[in-house]
Amino acid sequence: MSSLIWLPFLPLLGTLIPLITARLSRTVCALMTAALPALTLLLVLSHAGDIFQGENFEAAIPWIPSIGLELAFRLDGLALLFAILILGIGLLVILYARYYLSAQDSIGKFYAYLILFMFAMLGVVLSNNLIQLWFFWELTSISSFLLISFWGHKTDARKGARMALTITGAGGLALLAGLLILGNTVGSFNLQDILDSGPFIKASANYPIIVVLILLGAFTKSAQFPFHFWLPNAMAAPTPVSAYLHSATMVKAGIFLMARFYPALADTNLWFLIVSLTGLATFLVGAYHALFQHDLKGLLANSTISHLGLITLLLGMGTDLAAVAAIFHIINHAIFKASLFMAAGIIDHESGSRDMRQLNGLWKYMPYTATLAMVASASMAGVPLMNGFLSKEMFFTETLHQASLGSLSWFIPVLATLGGVFAVAYSTRFIHDVFFNGEPINLPKTPHEPPRYMRVPVEILVALCLLVGLFPSLVVGDLLFAAASATLNGTAPDYSLAIWHGFNFPLLMSIIALIGGLFMYHNRTHLFKFQAKFPSSDPKLIFEGIVQRIAAQASRIIAYTENNSLQRYIFFVLSLSMVMTASSLMKLNTTTGQRPEIPVDALSITCAVLLCVSAIATVIWHRRRVIALITLSVVGLIVSLAFALFSAPDLALTQLSVEVVTVILLILALFFLPQKTPKESSPQRVVRDLGLASLVGGVIGTICYALMTRPLDTISTFFTENSKTGGGGTNVVNVILVDFRGFDTLGEITVLGIAALGIYKLIARMRLSMPSADSTGRPWSEDKHPILLAVISQSLLPLALLVSAYIFLRGHNMPGGGFIAGLITAVAIIQQYIGHGVDWIKTRLKLDYQIMIGAGIGVSTLSGLGSWVFGHTFLSSWFDYFYLPVIGKFELASAMFFDLGVYLTVIGATMLILANLGKLTTSERPTLQEHD
Amino acid sequence: MEGMYAFCVGLLTACGVFLALRGRSFSVVVGLTLLSYAVNLFLFASGRLKLDGAAVLGESEQYSDPLPQALVLTAIVIGFAMTAFAVILAMRARADLGNDHVDGAIPPQHNDTSKKSGGSQ
Repeated sequence: MSSLIWLPFLPLLGTLIPLITARLSRTVCALMTAALPALTLLLVLSHAGDIFQGENFEAAIPWIPSIGLELAFRLDGLALLFAILILGIGLLVILYARYYLSAQDSIGKFYAYLILFMFAMLGVVLSNNLIQLWFFWELTSISSFLLISFWGHKTDARKGARMALTITGAGGLALLAGLLILGNTVGSFNLQDILDSGPFIKASANYPIIVVLILLGAFTKSAQFPFHFWLPNAMAAPTPVSAYLHSATMVKAGIFLMARFYPALADTNLWFLIVSLTGLATFLVGAYHALFQHDLKGLLANSTISHLGLITLLLGMGTDLAAVAAIFHIINHAIFKASLFMAAGIIDHESGSRDMRQLNGLWKYMPYTATLAMVASASMAGVPLMNGFLSKEMFFTETLHQASLGSLSWFIPVLATLGGVFAVAYSTRFIHDVFFNGEPINLPKTPHEPPRYMRVPVEILVALCLLVGLFPSLVVGDLLFAAASATLNGTAPDYSLAIWHGFNFPLLMSIIALIGGLFMYHNRTHLFKFQAKFPSSDPKLIFEGIVQRIAAQASRIIAYTENNSLQRYIFFVLSLSMVMTASSLMKLNTTTGQRPEIPVDALSITCAVLLCVSAIATVIWHRRRVIALITLSVVGLIVSLAFALFSAPDLALTQLSVEVVTVILLILALFFLPQKTPKESSPQRVVRDLGLASLVGGVIGTICYALMTRPLDTISTFFTENSKTGGGGTNVVNVILVDFRGFDTLGEITVLGIAALGIYKLIARMRLSMPSADSTGRPWSEDKHPILLAVISQSLLPLALLVSAYIFLRGHNMPGGGFIAGLITAVAIIQQYIGHGVDWIKTRLKLDYQIMIGAGIGVSTLSGLGSWVFGHTFLSSWFDYFYLPVIGKFELASAMFFDLGVYLTVIGATMLILANLGKLTTSERPTLQEHD
Repeated sequence: MEGMYAFCVGLLTACGVFLALRGRSFSVVVGLTLLSYAVNLFLFASGRLKLDGAAVLGESEQYSDPLPQALVLTAIVIGFAMTAFAVILAMRARADLGNDHVDGAIPPQHNDTSKKSGGSQ
C-alpha cells in the first residue's frame, strides 16, 4: 500500500504546474493544474470499493520512532469522504476560477496557492500521526492566509487574512499543546493507538485539559462562537476561495478534527457541555446574523457559521445516530454551500455588485443561474426533496432524543426549530431579494448569464443536491456508512435514509420552520428596523484594536528590556542563572566531598597569590588599559603554569602560545581604542556589580570545590586503554583530539576558520582613524623597526619553525600536536611582522591565509573521507609501523594527516586575524580599496 | 590544594564578571578573557587535580583524566578566536558609531525603525 504514502504529495507536485503554465493560455493552465488533483481523486476512488467493505488502508515511513515521529497516512471511511470533498470540489473550483478571475489577476499564483491548500487539507484528513496532522493543520492556516489575501492591494483582504491567520494560528498552538499532552498521555502519537485508547484517555487526569485545548483548535478553525467573527471578514477573498475554503474544506477541518477524535474524546459530560452548547450558540448566532446581512457573501458566511454550529451540536450530543447525522450534514452542506458561493460569485461577476439592496429582479437577466441558486438555497433552507432536508430531519430527530440537560432538555429542539426558522428566512431572502423584488437599482453593469463553463460546476453541485435528496442511499449510502463507521471507530448504527418517515415530530418541526421562516421574511422590514437600533459593533475594529494594544504593550516591554545596554543583558542573564544554580546548590548538604585533597606547597601558594593579585590588579587598573593588559597576561601565564602542574602538558603549551597571540591582538586593538576608560560608573552601580560578581564567583568556586573533592567516575578509561591499540599514539589527549573525537575537532577547526573569515570581513570594511599620539599627547615613535629586534627575530625563525615541526611530529606520542605546533608557527611568523613590519614581510612571504584555512579544513576532511575508500566509517584512523635505514622504526598514521589539517587551519586563522589587524596600522590598510 | 584552586577559579570568575559589567568595550573584552581563564580551569578541574600524571602512556603510574584536557585544549583555541572576534567587533563599533560604549548610553546614530510600535496600516 505504498501508493498511499505518495498520494497526498501528488498535489504538492502540482503546485509547480500552474506557475510554469501560467504564461500559456488560461484554459491550458487550468487544465494542466487540474490534472494531478484529478489523478489523485481517481487513486482515492480506486480504494473506495475496499473501504466500503470495511477495510482501512495505512502506510507509514518511520523517521524517529523513539519520539513517535513518522510519516504516516491512513485512508478510512472518514478520510475517504473528506478526500473526495477536497479533491472533487477543488476540481470544480479550478474550473470555476478559470472564468472568475480577471485578466489582471495572476492565475498561476492563484492556482499554486489553491493547490498548496489542497495538499495541506489532504494531509490533515489522511494523517495517521498526531504531529504530522498538526503540521498539515498549520499549513492550511498559512496557505489559506495566502488565498484570502490574494487581492493584497485591498485593505479588507489584508486585514481579513491577518485576522483569519491570527485566530486559526492561535487555535493551532492550542491544538499542538493538546495533541502533545494527548500523545504523551497515551504514550503514542499514532492515531489508531489514540482512537483505541478512548476509555483510558477519558479516565486520565489530563482529559479535561486535552479536550479544552483540542476543541480550541477545532472551534477557531471551524468559526465556532465566540471565534466566529473571522469568517465573515475572510469574505474579502476571491469567491472561488470562499467556495472552496469556507464551505467544504478549511472550516470543515475543525469539524473533521472533532469527528476524527470522536472515539477518543467524545461521550462524556464535559464534551457534551462544551461541544453541544458551543454548537447551539453558533447555530443561533450565525442564523440570526445571516438574516441581517446585505452582502450576499456575508449572508452565506453567516449561514456557514450557523451550519457549522449545527454539525458541532450534533457531534456534541454523543449518540451514534447524531454522529451519523453530523457526517451526513457535512456532505450536504459542502455541496449546497459550495454551489451557493459559486452562484453568488456569478451574480457578483456579471452584475458588479453583491449588495442585496441593489440586486433585485435578476430573474429576468439570468433565469438559468437563478434556477440553480434557488434549488441550492432551498436545500439550505431544508425544503423536502433536497439533500439539506434529509440531514436537517435527522438533526431535528436527534434534538428530540436529547436528555443530557435534564428537565431543560426541551430547550434544544425548540432552539433548533428557531434556528430552522431563521435558516428558512435567510434562504428566502437570498432567493427573493436577489431574483425578484422589483428591478435592479444602480447596478454598475447590466446583468447577464455567465459563460457556459462557469456554470458547469454549479450545475454539477446542484444536480448532486437533488440526486442526494431524491435517492440518498443510492448516491451516498455507502460513503456515509463508511465515514460514520470510521468516525465511531466501529460500525455505524442502523439508520434510515428514507425521504418519508410519516407524520412525526421532526416533520412538524420542519413545517414550523418553513412557515415561520416565510412569515419572518414577510415581516422583514420591521425586523430590519429593530436590528438597526442596535449599536453597530464591527468585530474587525475590535480585533484590530486588541492587536494594536498588544503590539504597543510588546513594544513597551521591548523598549525596557532591550535598551542597547550590554550591561543590563549580562546582569539579567547572570542573575537568573544564579537564582537557578543557587537553589540546587542549597540541596547539596556538604561542600567538601570524600576525595582526599592534595597537600599545598609553598610554590603553588606563591603562584596562587600572584594570580589573585594580578586578577585584582586587572580590575583595579582596568581604566588604564595598557597596565590592565600586562596584569592580564600575568594571569594567563599562571594559568598555563597551573595546567603544567596538574599533569596537563598539552594544555600548558597551548595556553602559553595562545597567551602570546592574545596579548599581541589586544595591544594591536588598543592602538585603535581609547587608551583610557573614563570613570563613569555610579557608586550604586559599582556596589551592585561587585555584589553580583562576588556572588557568581562564590557560586562557581563552590561548585568547583564540591566537584573536585568528590570521587570521579570517568569514561576516560576507555580512551586510556585504547589509545595505543586503537589510535596508535601514547599521548591520549592528542589521540582523543585527532581520532576518538576527531569529528568534534573537525567541527572546531571549521568554527575557527569561520571566525577568522568573519573577522577578516569585519576588518576589511572598517574605517578607523589612526591616532597620532597616545592618551597623554606624546606622539607615536617614528622609529618603527629596531634593528636589534629585526635581526634576532629573523634568526630565530628557522629555530622556531624547527621547534614547531618537532612539536607537531611528536604530538601523537608526546605532548604537542597540530594545535600547539600551529600556534608556535603563527607566533614565529608574527615575530617577523613585529620585527620588520608589514611591508617588509609582504615582499618576502607570499602566503594567502584564507587559502591556508581552506586547505587545512580540506586536508582534515579528506583524511576523514579517505577511510571511506577502505570501506570504513568517516574519520576511522589507520596506522602502521615502518622501518627505514638511518631513521629507524617510525609510525605512520592517518591521524597525522588530520592533525596536519588542524595545524594549517590554526596558522591560517591566527595569521588572518593578526596580520590583517596589523595591516590597519600601515599604508596597506584595506579600507581604502573597499567600496560599499 | 583543591580549596586554593577553587578559590582562584572563583576569584577569576568574579573579576571577569565585574569587568564584563563595565560600560566600555575594552573592559568587557578583558573581562571575557578573565572569564575564559576561569571557565577553562573549571572544566579542567572536572577531571580532578592530579600531580605527575600526564596522560601519556608509559610516563606515569596513574593518569590524569585526558577527556577534559582534550575539551579544554580546543576551548582555549576557540576562546582566542572568540576574544579576537569581540575585539574586532569593538573596533568596528568604534569605527562605525564613533564611540566604545556598550551600555547604550549614547543613542545609535541611525534611528531604530523596529522600535516603532504597531506597524500595521
